[in-house]
Amino acid sequence: MSSPGSKIIIDSALRAAANLRSSSMPKEVTQRAAAMLSSAPSGGKHTLPDLPYDYNAIEPVVSSETMTIHHTKHHNAYVTNLNVALEKLDAAVSSGNVGAIVGLEGALRFNGGGHINHTLFWENLCAKDQSELKDGPLKKAIEDAFGSVDGMKKELSDMSIAVQGSGWGWLGYNAKTGRVECATRANQDPLQATTGLVPLMGIDVWEHAYYVDYRNVRPNYVNAIWEVINWKVVEERLIAAQK
Amino acid sequence: NNGGGYYNHSLFWTVLSPEDRGYLSGELKDAIEAAFGSKDAFIDAFSKAAATQFGSGWAWLCVLPGGKVEVCSTPNQDNPLMPGVTCGGTPILGLDVWEHAYYLNYQNRRP
Repeated sequence: MSSPGSKIIIDSALRAAANLRSSSMPKEVTQRAAAMLSSAPSGGKHTLPDLPYDYNAIEPVVSSETMTIHHTKHHNAYVTNLNVALEKLDAAVSSGNVGAIVGLEGALRFNGGGHINHTLFWENLCAKDQSELKDGPLKKAIEDAFGSVDGMKKELSDMSIAVQGSGWGWLGYNAKTGRVECATRANQDPLQATTGLVPLMGIDVWEHAYYVDYRNVRPNYVNAIWEVINWKVVEERLIAAQK
Repeated sequence: NNGGGYYNHSLFWTVLSPEDRGYLSGELKDAIEAAFGSKDAFIDAFSKAAATQFGSGWAWLCVLPGGKVEVCSTPNQDNPLMPGVTCGGTPILGLDVWEHAYYLNYQNRRP
């Protein structure tokens, strides 16, 4: 692609051509069109982000075995399947097939949500010796909303432990009230898209996040994860959300 | 959640067996062949339901009033016997696809 302008022109031409649904249009053209119009950044496909640290960085809270499987298998699968779903979406959009568009909702929500959630999660973890909640806007916001940092940790821990089945616990920012609050989501439902809250800090409570290290004892995992939270990143997210 | 979990796991333990009692016969065989064409086709359909259930849940083979069988899946600890669940009938075979059922042996490889 030579420039953003030419990409827009080519995209529009391809969409128009695809919409004509001419049976004499070669299949390769429609397939290439669908791939090209994929909605990933820079027109390419979504990719698995690297962890900001080594796989053993947050031991012993979470083992390098878990981090490796979690990142290279689970998160990677969400990325792969998101790209597949987006290609199908482009094909459905290009051919005007509304039924197919709607039929992709589950796959987009699950895999798109999985990609978003895990990307946020890796960033809000760090080695124990770097995990420190200093005085600042985040600490203040938490104290304003919950009375104390421990109060917030207890509430979010209780809610996360109580999630039935698979899901996530979140500390989120409510732009309407200007306050931080806790929430949980089922499966891979992304926080912002489904509640409007801006995600500041997530805790994955799917069994794959803790089973190797904690077996079924989710409370032990949730209580331990607080030792490896990257509060710096959480605060940066809050500041960005408040702009 | 807990009532469902108790029922589902109680059923699950009874349908598993360490010995190979793997022959399918009689009424069950007839019903499966009528609904799916063959035992292999049934296994494919059942496996697909199990592999595609998002998040935690169960795959089921159920018998409907009238004797027909069908495959479906439910989230979390829901069960086909519960009102409001889209899966219908009485479950006769269940497969736990919560991660805890397979993680230590298969990690993320649910299929």
